Amino acid sequence: MTNAVIPNQGPIVQAQDVHKRFGPTEVLRGIDLTVNPAQTVVLIGPSGSGKTTFLRCINHLEKIQGGRIYVGGQLIGYREEGGGLVEDTERNIAAQRARIGMVFQRFNLFPHMTALENIIEAPVHVKKTPKAEATARAKELLRKVGLSDKADRYPNQLSGGQQQRIAIARALAMDPMLMLFDEATSALDPELVGEVLKVMEQLAHEGMSMVVVTHEMGFAREVADRVIFMDEGKLVEEGPPAQIFDNPQQERTQAFLSRIL
Amino acid sequence: MDSRVTRRRLWTLVALVVVAAVLVWVYLRLTEAGFDWGFIPAHFFDQTLIQGAQMTIFLSVVAQFFGILLGLIAALMKISKNPTLVAISGFYIWLFRGTPLLVQLIVFATGLYQIGIHLNLITAALLALSINEGAYMAEIVRGGIQSIDPGQMEAAKSLGMTYGQGMRRVVLPQAAKVILPPTGNEFNNMLKSSSLASVISVGELLQHAGDLNHLYFKTLETFAIVSCYYLAMTTVVTWGQSWMENRLGERKALEQQPGFWGRVRGNILSTRSALDHR
Repeated sequence: MTNAVIPNQGPIVQAQDVHKRFGPTEVLRGIDLTVNPAQTVVLIGPSGSGKTTFLRCINHLEKIQGGRIYVGGQLIGYREEGGGLVEDTERNIAAQRARIGMVFQRFNLFPHMTALENIIEAPVHVKKTPKAEATARAKELLRKVGLSDKADRYPNQLSGGQQQRIAIARALAMDPMLMLFDEATSALDPELVGEVLKVMEQLAHEGMSMVVVTHEMGFAREVADRVIFMDEGKLVEEGPPAQIFDNPQQERTQAFLSRIL
Repeated sequence: MDSRVTRRRLWTLVALVVVAAVLVWVYLRLTEAGFDWGFIPAHFFDQTLIQGAQMTIFLSVVAQFFGILLGLIAALMKISKNPTLVAISGFYIWLFRGTPLLVQLIVFATGLYQIGIHLNLITAALLALSINEGAYMAEIVRGGIQSIDPGQMEAAKSLGMTYGQGMRRVVLPQAAKVILPPTGNEFNNMLKSSSLASVISVGELLQHAGDLNHLYFKTLETFAIVSCYYLAMTTVVTWGQSWMENRLGERKALEQQPGFWGRVRGNILSTRSALDHR
C-alpha cells in the first residue's frame, strides 16, 4: 500500500560529513549515514546529542554548514553552483520535502481542520490530486491507522495517540519515499505509546524506508535494521540492534545504555 | 424569601432611584438653561446629518478595508527574513503610529498640495486614514501570526508547502481568530477618528454637524444628536462583531470545500468543542 517510489537502486538517504552550527555551537560534527531502501534506521543517544537536529536536516528544516545530504539520489536543500553549494529555491526545496514524510513529537496537526481534512490537505493543494481521489486514499489510510471512525473529528477531540496516528496518515498521504520520525511517542501518555509504535512497526514491515529518533529501546530492538548511537554531534557506534544493545563496543554507548535500560 | 435576594433587590431599587434622580436633575437643569428639547426630534433626521453619516460610514469602511490589507502586507514584511523588507515595514509602523492622525490628514490634504500633488480631499482623507490604520493593523496581524505555534508552519513545509502556501492555508486561518476581536475594536475607533477628516473639510458627520450648528446655534442639541449617531454606528459594529464571532463558532456541518472563512470557522469550532469536553 505504501508504494514508495524509488528513483534509483542506490541508497534512500546518503549523508556525507554533515556539519551544523547554531551560532558558535557545533551541534553536528561530521555525520555520515547511509539508509538503504526499505531499511529502518533508529537513532538513539542522550538529549543534546544532535539526533533530532540531524533528522531535521534530512528534509532541510535546518540548514547545514558543511557536507551533503542526498535523498533518493537528489541533493537536499542545495544546488551546485560555481564549484560551491548555494541554497536551492524555495519551490525546489518544497518539492523535495513533498516526497519525505515527517512525524513530529508534538504531532503538529492543523487544529482548524478535521482529521480527514488534515490528511487530504497536502495531496489536494501540493500534489493537485483530485479531491475525490485524495479523500478515498485518506479513508484507506485512516483504516490503516485504525481511525476510520474519527474522520470528522478535530484534532483536539482526539487523544494524543490518535492525533499522532492521524499525523502519520497525513505524512503517508503524500506517498513519501522516506519517513522521518522525530521522537514520535515522547509527548504521549505511557498507555498511548503502544498504538503509535504498532503503526510504525507495521510501516517498517511493509517496506517503508524510515529514520526514527526515539527513546523507545524496545522498538529499536524489535524493528530497527540498524541502530545508531549518537553523542555530541557524532555517530559513536552503529550496528544491528542485537550488537548495539547486547554487545556495545564503545564506552559511551555502554554508559548510555546502562543508564536507560 | 431568601434574605440575600431581598437585600439585593433593595439595592437595585436604591440604585434605580439614584439614577432617576440624577436624570431628573439634568433634565430640569437643561430646561432651566433654555435647552431646546424640541430641536432634537425636529432635526434628528436632518438631510445634512444623514449625508454626513453616510460619508462617515463610507470613509470608515473603505479605510478599514485598506488598513487591514496594508496591515497584512506590513506584518508579513516585518516577520520576513529579508532585512530590507523588515526595515521598510518597521519604519512605516514607527512613522505612522508615532505621529498624530490629525497631522497626517493635514499633510495629505494640504502639505502635498504645496509640493504640487493635488489630491481630492476625500482621497486625501482615505489615504491618511488607511495608511494610519495599516500601521496599527500591522502590529495586530503580526501578533496574531506569531501567536500560532511555529510547528504549524514546519508541518506545512514538511508536507511540501511553500512558505506562502503554509501562511495562507495553515497559519492565517488560525491567526484570524486572534485578529478578529481587536480588528472590531479598530473599526469602532475608525468610525470615531474619521471625524478628524472634518478638519480638512471632508463632509462627514462632524463637519455637517458643524454646519447645522452654524445655522441654528444650538450646539448642545446638535451634538447630542450627533452623539446618538456615533453611538448607533458603534453599537451596530459591536453587534456585528459578536454576531460574527458567534456565527463562526456555530456547530454546522462543514461545507464540501471550506474556503478561507470555512477554515476559520472550523478553527473556532474546534476550540469550542475543546471547551465542551472540559
